[in-house]
Amino acid sequence: MGESTRAVTDSTFESEVLKSAKPVLVDYWAEWCGPCRQVAPVLEEIASEHGSKIDIVKLNVDENPEVVRTYGILNIPTLTVFKDGQVVKEIVGAKPKSALLRELEEFLV
Amino acid sequence: MTDVRDVIVIGSGPAGYSAAIYAARAKLKPLVLEGSVTAGGALMNTTDVENYPGFPDGILGPDLMDSMRKQAERFGAELVADDVTEVDLQATPKIVKTASDDYQSRAIIIATGSSYRELGVPGEKRLGGHGVSWCATCDGFFFREQDIAVIGGGDSAIEEATFLTRFARSVTIVHRRDSLRASKIMQDRAMSNPKVRFAWNMQVTEMIGEDRVTGVRLRDVKTGAESILPVTGVFVAIGHDPRSGLFKGRLATDDDGYLLVEQPSTRTAIPGVFASGDVVDRHYRQAVTAAGTGCAAALDAERWLADEAE
Repeated sequence: MGESTRAVTDSTFESEVLKSAKPVLVDYWAEWCGPCRQVAPVLEEIASEHGSKIDIVKLNVDENPEVVRTYGILNIPTLTVFKDGQVVKEIVGAKPKSALLRELEEFLV
Repeated sequence: MTDVRDVIVIGSGPAGYSAAIYAARAKLKPLVLEGSVTAGGALMNTTDVENYPGFPDGILGPDLMDSMRKQAERFGAELVADDVTEVDLQATPKIVKTASDDYQSRAIIIATGSSYRELGVPGEKRLGGHGVSWCATCDGFFFREQDIAVIGGGDSAIEEATFLTRFARSVTIVHRRDSLRASKIMQDRAMSNPKVRFAWNMQVTEMIGEDRVTGVRLRDVKTGAESILPVTGVFVAIGHDPRSGLFKGRLATDDDGYLLVEQPSTRTAIPGVFASGDVVDRHYRQAVTAAGTGCAAALDAERWLADEAE
């Protein structure tokens, strides 16, 4: 895990994501997923630059089947933004930093 | 604006890193603009690479790219994970812009590779992330004991189909012809796999499903008959398009967008601009051929810089 992102699990998902006061971006990932490796440093950068506005957390799909099932995740990387316990944005697939910043704009101002 | 460099490499697959290794060993201190999420290139989406010479037991695509990257770094290549947004190849020196910096260089090596092709049928975009996928190694995991389809007939389609049998109950390869383009060894492997089925001469006309995929609509290209293949996952592997958009109107391409070079060299029509790897290659498209032309581009650039200096 990087310095600006942290891991969440099936058991911490409610407290750290659903009940968070801030918007939370969940990065669904796995060790064996190449594009997940590619997008990880980008998320790390966004987290360190915009950490006051949005939390960025990582959920390992191998180890946390409950959340994966609940939210019907079928692709990784998938980036999902939760606000007040609700999914408000879903980004599927690794994208360049500029594209991610554009998609996340409303949460970063 | 920074100092004028000798060589900038745009792209970071086998072509980009090989060019960087050779240019670095020639003491040209290359800057590699790897791309922010495309770093490592297409092999980052694969599992076992079994045909790259030197690895008798195969090697994972991401591991192979990681090794090439480290090798380039070891000899002094500077690697920046940034996306190029604009180039001026006619200026002297040439200018390469990213979102955060402008760079100047005498020579440029283009190795931007290719991006996967979409089918362009109704439902494909809407169901992306909901059963439609372009990355079997990423998403196969989510389709345990399910029936899925792979669209395509080339090496990557057959490799994905074979890989997906690790998870799926059945994998149907949907191909619009009656034979495969894939290499013989890949074909044999797929055809002898009891989980793999074939839907020959079939074109996908629609992806079906409300909020996740429930099937694909097929049309028999010979008879025109329509049918529905009930699947919960669709993996699209119908090939790639060269990633040459950045150079549109600046460098000549063929009708499909592949950059044109003065073969067998890697020279483009603009002096000091060289192109290598899949963005040039419509015929072979292998990691090892990309590495080969990346090496050639670095040698061509080195020679051109030496001639310019005289």
